[in-house]
Amino acid sequence: MPPDATAMVQAKALVEVEDLARDFDVSKPWLFRVLQGERKRILKAVAGVSFDIPKGTTLSLVGESGCGKTTVARLVVGLYPPSRGRIRFDGVDMASLTSRAVAAPVRKRIQMIFQDPYASLNPRWRVRDIIAEPIRAFGLIRGRAAIEARVGELLSQVKLSPKDGEKYPHEFSGGQRQRISIARALSSTPEFLVCDEPTSALDVSVQAQILNLMKDLQRELGLTYLFISHNLAVVRHMSDRIGVMYLGRIVELAPGETLFARARHPYTRMLLDAIPDLEMTGRARTPVGGEVPSPIDPPPGCAFHPRCPLANARCKAEVPALRAVADAQVACHAVEEGRT
Amino acid sequence: MPLLEVKNLRVEFPTRRGTLVAVDDVSFHIDEGEVLGVVGESGAGKSITGVSIIRLIEPPGRIAGGQVLLNGRRIDNIPLEEMRRVRGKEIGAIFQDPLTTLNPLYTIGHQLVETMQTHLGIGDREARARAVRWLEDVGIPGAAQRIDAYPHQFSGGMRQRVVIALALCAEPRLVIADEPTTALDVSIQAQVIALLKRLCREHGTAIMLVTHDMGVIAETADRVAVMYAGRIAEIGPVREVVKHARHPYTDGLMGSIPSLTHKVERLTQIEGSMPRLTDIPRGCAFNPRCPKVFDRCRVDRPDLMKTDGPNLAACWLHAAPGRDEALGHAA
Repeated sequence: MPPDATAMVQAKALVEVEDLARDFDVSKPWLFRVLQGERKRILKAVAGVSFDIPKGTTLSLVGESGCGKTTVARLVVGLYPPSRGRIRFDGVDMASLTSRAVAAPVRKRIQMIFQDPYASLNPRWRVRDIIAEPIRAFGLIRGRAAIEARVGELLSQVKLSPKDGEKYPHEFSGGQRQRISIARALSSTPEFLVCDEPTSALDVSVQAQILNLMKDLQRELGLTYLFISHNLAVVRHMSDRIGVMYLGRIVELAPGETLFARARHPYTRMLLDAIPDLEMTGRARTPVGGEVPSPIDPPPGCAFHPRCPLANARCKAEVPALRAVADAQVACHAVEEGRT
Repeated sequence: MPLLEVKNLRVEFPTRRGTLVAVDDVSFHIDEGEVLGVVGESGAGKSITGVSIIRLIEPPGRIAGGQVLLNGRRIDNIPLEEMRRVRGKEIGAIFQDPLTTLNPLYTIGHQLVETMQTHLGIGDREARARAVRWLEDVGIPGAAQRIDAYPHQFSGGMRQRVVIALALCAEPRLVIADEPTTALDVSIQAQVIALLKRLCREHGTAIMLVTHDMGVIAETADRVAVMYAGRIAEIGPVREVVKHARHPYTDGLMGSIPSLTHKVERLTQIEGSMPRLTDIPRGCAFNPRCPKVFDRCRVDRPDLMKTDGPNLAACWLHAAPGRDEALGHAA
């Protein structure tokens, strides 16, 4: 955390997300459904998520496959329209941006970095054109020479050579490609970056380079990050606050230090216990059984109850709401009732 | 006598632009019941080493030199028909993606029974009873019913459990597990690793655990070999390698892994990336990225040598006068 972090946390939220939800219709085609007497099948990828991100800080969402973390990222940048809920960026409701003219000034302040640096860069474009695309799309700089100078500057910013702009993506390694993705994201001078598993496809030594670069850029440019990852150690390294997701809901939202010092939700504790760490050489662990249930037909009540050691009748019937506990928020009946 | 001994293994891929050496002069051994971790980043040659031992390397890749001995008997030059009997019976294999191991057209029971009958020569009823027991052992709920299910009817974690049962059912002495948990979520990964450890301990099976995940190695392995650009950079007891790395690459690698227990402002950074096999630097392959590089590193290639601890490291920093002799074959 930067030294003035406490001041930042108290600062106004740059991004506010309220009761965000997204359903996907995964039913069979209408005719099959009618003939086979089946009902519509709705996958609730995100089922009511609320959080806000103060300017200049990082909020991470962490969880296992299918918990909805990537869907939240895509909702926040507007790649999917939400089924319910509201996203405000710097006080502006994103749903109100209906025409391109009103949307563009807000949109250019938000950018995204994707997981797969092999799929997210057009192989037939030169790197300088990839990086300049947002500049041209938003008409930020006019004139070929000026754009080229800006691209060179961006390449240096991500520790590549300005000469690399002439090359094609295939000439770069995975880590260098992710640097190109970052340069492209920075080209519209955004304030808010949504990073969806930016280092999951990379080797650890390269991952360290990218994570260090992202932290440096955050400090230099005052960026705000929404960071999505399945790796708790990476999340701990990067975040000011962390939200743990399970089956479309945030089950615990807490400052990083608090979450790792004192995880409250049984799922968070299970996750923390499940991760092999370098410090734990030879340590015996008792892994929790069971698997993540299908989000198409989630268990009633608290979705975690079939795997939870603390579950009782109330957990099977009633969905727990996110409640404040000290400086954290936890969605768990057992924590609320003190049954831990 | 060690269970498995690999001596100066060299694996080549002939290409139009010359021969690529994916594994270069690699030597190590695995004792009975021991877990040897093999770690490294993509392209380090760790998986190739594993598949070369069981001779499942895909052409044009080929073993170009060295020996592989199982219980003192060479298995790198025996006919492929004989090798098929070694695989499964004496060496089991677990790969990253369970769907490549399981045949989608047969029930998992059929595959278990067939494997046991091929290698153990037991009758139908006995084989089926053992198959159910194995499925119970790997934690498949309702094993007696699920035995007649097909692979696609299982989740990823459950499939990997079936693969573990399949690899162990012929009671091999050694299992080569290549990234067995990489495709799984953390909570499932913990279950599968715990299962593999327990079963191998119960049956006295040795494991060669190939993975990029240092956390898994730290928790599972007895000894660990760190590979870089087709060679072993360092090998030794797992605690020593993790806590007191003698090779600058291992040291950098450990520092670059974010920790769960303490937060640092910046991660240790190894500049650059692993060289491609087409242009491995002269001398020590790590020298362009090494913070402690000196003249000799750019000229001479170091073999594994003794350090001030139990680890062997391929690094000239440890070539003090008097212990200058390379100990590459003693690993």
